[in-house]
Amino acid sequence: MTDSLETAQNPERLRRVAIDPVTRVEGHGKVTLLMDEENRVHQARLHIVEFRGFEKFIQGRPYWELPVVVQRLCGICPVSHHLAAAKATDQLVGVDQLTPAAEKIRRLMHLGQMLQSHALHFFHLSSPDLLFGYDDEVSHRNIVGVLADHPDIARQGVLLRKYGQEVIRVTAGKRVHGTSAIPGGVNKHISREERDYLLGEIDRIIDWGAAAVGLAKRLFVEDIDHSRDFALIDTNMLSLIRDDGALDLYHGGLRARKPDGSMVFDHVDYRDYEQYIHEQVKPWSYMKFPYITALGKEQGAYRVGPLARINNCGFIETPLAEAVRADFRAFSEGVLMQSTLAYHWARMIELLYCAEGIKVLLHDPDLLASDLVVKGEMQSRGIGVIEAPRGTLFHHYEIDDNGIVTRANLIVSTTNNNTAMNESIRRVANDLFDGRELTEAMLNSIEVAIRAYDPCLSCATHALGKMPLEVQLVSPDGAVLDRLYRHMDGAICQVD
Amino acid sequence: MRKHPVLVIGYGNPSRGDDAIGPHFLERLEAMRTWDRDLDCFDTLTDFQLQVEHAMDMHGYEQVIFVDAAVNLDRPFRFEILHAARDDSYTTHALNPAAVLAVYEQFYGIPCPESCLLSIHGERFDLGDDLSETARASLDAALGFLAAHLMQSISPV
Repeated sequence: MTDSLETAQNPERLRRVAIDPVTRVEGHGKVTLLMDEENRVHQARLHIVEFRGFEKFIQGRPYWELPVVVQRLCGICPVSHHLAAAKATDQLVGVDQLTPAAEKIRRLMHLGQMLQSHALHFFHLSSPDLLFGYDDEVSHRNIVGVLADHPDIARQGVLLRKYGQEVIRVTAGKRVHGTSAIPGGVNKHISREERDYLLGEIDRIIDWGAAAVGLAKRLFVEDIDHSRDFALIDTNMLSLIRDDGALDLYHGGLRARKPDGSMVFDHVDYRDYEQYIHEQVKPWSYMKFPYITALGKEQGAYRVGPLARINNCGFIETPLAEAVRADFRAFSEGVLMQSTLAYHWARMIELLYCAEGIKVLLHDPDLLASDLVVKGEMQSRGIGVIEAPRGTLFHHYEIDDNGIVTRANLIVSTTNNNTAMNESIRRVANDLFDGRELTEAMLNSIEVAIRAYDPCLSCATHALGKMPLEVQLVSPDGAVLDRLYRHMDGAICQVD
Repeated sequence: MRKHPVLVIGYGNPSRGDDAIGPHFLERLEAMRTWDRDLDCFDTLTDFQLQVEHAMDMHGYEQVIFVDAAVNLDRPFRFEILHAARDDSYTTHALNPAAVLAVYEQFYGIPCPESCLLSIHGERFDLGDDLSETARASLDAALGFLAAHLMQSISPV
């Protein structure tokens, strides 16, 4: 249904509305809508307005630099890049199995990263829309507004985020630019004092995680018709899965399910990903459109991230998270949950899992062991895959005899969700926009659909004065008819 | 861990050209401290961008100075007093300093520490770029200014 809105017939006869940049997502994104004189939408697209050139940035560097240098690709999920690159470089140095301590330290770091990222997304970026409504005053619909009106919720969000950052600091050595994951293991041991410091808060973090799942479910169920249908699309789901079918965010085989729940493939060795996933290029976007090769370009698009992972896994190994996962699956009556807004609910289930998983690892005696690095025979190709907060993240490197990177291919989570995000905004445009006068709330609805995926559209460049929102209304002949400008302080003004 | 009365937060991505001004500034400031103990009045903190947890990092300090790259400056640097503002920080994956102060006041229920923003002129922000000549010159000028400011702050009246 929404595919028809990807490319309009006779675009020169339509007016263009741009949401530029999309707000409360990482990086620079832009949505364009082509509309006729009756405000009927003929085309809706999410554009990435910056060419990132990650692979070029990486080529020519020595392999051992990779886990550190790739963190600079992204200010939001540097730990995910750090660990995906470390897993790839493990293969480059010929290591298939880390020591128990090294693997558990990496897993602990990863759970800390997932916890802080999910807390940031739900409490700070999305809860303003969910708690106040899409048409709430712009100056109020933000984290400071949540702090004012729902101080307990906002405080928990801040402290959950802070705790996750502390887990990262302890395991990575620093809160940012950590260096602990190295080819073949880690270089930082965890002391008994550090472990006890993290254990001191963990029960409260688990309690808050459980409350967060309850809040996310309540917000979803309160307006169930809207929650079910908003930006609803049917897609395949892709994620890593542990050998026994459990949710695993650090390692596993690839599993893909069709919308009816049947398997496309299961327990695939991710080093063979190029046989199962292809990337399509479209002339209007810098970001590629991956699809499952066996299903083809038309039927092969998929979603990744919390919604895919909770749909795909057979169970979660921690008890509280497993109970709420079962509740989530029962709610969707056994079929895959496809509601885009259910991403938030699934994300909080994962947050609870992370909190419980951190406690399990902190009590594991292997964590304090000092045997941290394994060595092997050098290889020329390494592929690391991890479940990052936003979804499956692929790092693929090839090196020459001197250890210099000659080829790099990265498929980041947001790229995996590219087709789905575009389909979601077309669904919103199709449902809400046709024939109506544009309002800020309608434009925000588009952004709400995108934000559900928590996309990371670019890297951590930021400079003062670079992030306004401008909406242009362009006539069929290309003339700018109207311009609205939203300043950093929230004020909206008309531009002459 | 707070050891000194002043916190200097330099933020930006070290691999994005002049976005690295904040982290570079901290490195240079730390180096100055090693040979001028009169400057030993500050702690430093670096990050890619500002977020809500930085409100908690500020707690207990008398003064907080944010250091960031800025485009469209008509001078090498600008130093200004900051006030808490309920600013949307439209990409709130990255808060503005004034919004961090607002989070602080909401979170702790008390006025935030005296806070300033040191904006340093940058012009090139592509992945893999080094600091531009403009940024280097601006950074030198800003460093001299802030060193004098810090020494003045801790001098007995």
